[in-house]
Amino acid sequence: MIELFINAVVAGVLLGGFYAAVALGLSIVFGRLDIVNIAHPAFVIIGSYMAFYVNENFGLDPIVTSFLFLPVFFLLGIVMYRFYYVCFERTGQESLSGLAYFFGIMFIIEVLIILVYGVDYRNVQAPYIGHSLWINDWIPLGDFRVSLPYRMLVPFVVAAVVTGGVYLYLSKTYLGRAILAVSQDRVALQLMGANPIKVKQWAFGIAIATAAIAGALLIVIHPVEPSVGRLYIGRVFAIVILGGMGSISGTFFAALMIGIAETLISTFIGPSWAPAAAYGILLVTLAVRPQGLFGRA
Amino acid sequence: MKLNKFWFIIAAVFLIGIAFTMVADNEFYFYATYAVMQLMIMGIAWNILGGFTGYVNFGSGGFFAAGAYTTVFLHRAFDAPPLLIAVLVAPMVCGLIGLGVGYFTLRLKGVYFAIATLAVAIILETIVVNWEFVGGAGGYYLLIPENVVFFDSYIEWLFVLILAITLIAIIVSRYLNSSKIGQGLAAIRDDELAAESMGVPTLKLKLISTTVMGGLMGAAGAPFPYFITFVEPVSAFNLLVAVMAIAVPMIGGTASWIGPVIGGLLLGTIQETVTVNISSELNLLIVGVVLVGFISLAPQGITGLYQDFMRKRRKGND
Repeated sequence: MIELFINAVVAGVLLGGFYAAVALGLSIVFGRLDIVNIAHPAFVIIGSYMAFYVNENFGLDPIVTSFLFLPVFFLLGIVMYRFYYVCFERTGQESLSGLAYFFGIMFIIEVLIILVYGVDYRNVQAPYIGHSLWINDWIPLGDFRVSLPYRMLVPFVVAAVVTGGVYLYLSKTYLGRAILAVSQDRVALQLMGANPIKVKQWAFGIAIATAAIAGALLIVIHPVEPSVGRLYIGRVFAIVILGGMGSISGTFFAALMIGIAETLISTFIGPSWAPAAAYGILLVTLAVRPQGLFGRA
Repeated sequence: MKLNKFWFIIAAVFLIGIAFTMVADNEFYFYATYAVMQLMIMGIAWNILGGFTGYVNFGSGGFFAAGAYTTVFLHRAFDAPPLLIAVLVAPMVCGLIGLGVGYFTLRLKGVYFAIATLAVAIILETIVVNWEFVGGAGGYYLLIPENVVFFDSYIEWLFVLILAITLIAIIVSRYLNSSKIGQGLAAIRDDELAAESMGVPTLKLKLISTTVMGGLMGAAGAPFPYFITFVEPVSAFNLLVAVMAIAVPMIGGTASWIGPVIGGLLLGTIQETVTVNISSELNLLIVGVVLVGFISLAPQGITGLYQDFMRKRRKGND
């Protein structure tokens, strides 16, 4: 029982780290720029299929592939924001039409992937998939056997590094601080001589770029089919809202919480109940504490 | 005068529908028009909350499926009662779900509400997947009753039923749109804070709005199990339902009750034609592209385009 519990928590932490990578882009876009990019998980799925395509045809490691594709996703993000700005933000229609716009984009992405690859599950080959690191080999734990599958461990490490990188970028560099500024006071930023649209565009590019990495991590963790992205909508919004809207460290800890909650439910109640965990937490958060656990009250 | 014309058209459409079942033999027509009307009801229901009140609902699939699964539950629990009972019970169940969801989430800003509705849909789906009584993840088969009273076949009865639901939905939607409630809802959509401070009972109106939305979605879903004879959670809770429910009013125009009626007729007809003649995947792509195209280029939908056109023409005459 305790062994099961410890293994579930360990698996939850690893899963949560990966969730942080998925939620990272949304944390920037939704938390800081106030753009409800509900299509973010769909971009993650594009990242997965990109990694799958390159892995299948050229045998390249999926995570390395995703880093190579960062500029492409960055540009994609910029184009997306440009279009969004021209059609909705400029005319002040982002609330209703903007939401429906991203919803439509999500749907189009899903259908396009189905048209190209069908609805079958796809997976990738990598040397670390299928092996585990046994904690018992390093630390004597007595009777407990605790395992860290590499297919979870590698994404966790990559996700943690990326999250740390984005955190440093946003807090230390000039452009990163400008992104923070645009979320706090747009007019003041304009008065300081910076163009808020350019800053937002840059931030959106970075957000979509993180989706490429998250997509590669996703297909390392489990096989992917086109509609998997939907399950992540609730998770990532739950994480971003729990994490206090735009706080990168808050996002990371909220992601760990959701990951642990899911693996615990999966272990002790049943895997088919796990998808509801994040949504349940999200609903309770919205009803009780909409500013999130780590948010300013 | 205008009111009389409206009721006259409603009555005429219903009578023509009944006459249609007497004349037409090809069952395909009934299947196709059923699908179009189901789409129209979903659009009308979504528009009451989305278009009139300004709250985006992504969870239409959840309400629709809740209606369908009410029928399944009644079918299993009471040994296949008449469908009419399910059609009366399902809107009540879904209306109550709508009321509950509204009560817990409508104090939230629009965006959070939209995400919360998505959450409700997934939670309902998870419950149904784990609920063996209504078939669980495996799905549930319904046998269509052999003997049909008055009509030649069961699909004709379904057709008349959904026609009646559609017309009721239009009447309800038109009432909400043009009555005092509709003005209150429009005030909420335009500026909730201002409406509240002018004495508009915003929470009450929003709750009416979510309840009616849920009820109509449920009514659209109730005959669905008999229409396809096999229900399973993935198809019932399909994201497509949510996309369609948004696309219909967005294409037709969200501001008035006529918008989703036009949008439903147009999108439904396109869909049926493309599905039959080309392929169903392409059909989905068309829905998505048309939706995004209309949202970005003509946010007021077809009724908005028509109004612009009339205004320009009037200006030209002056």
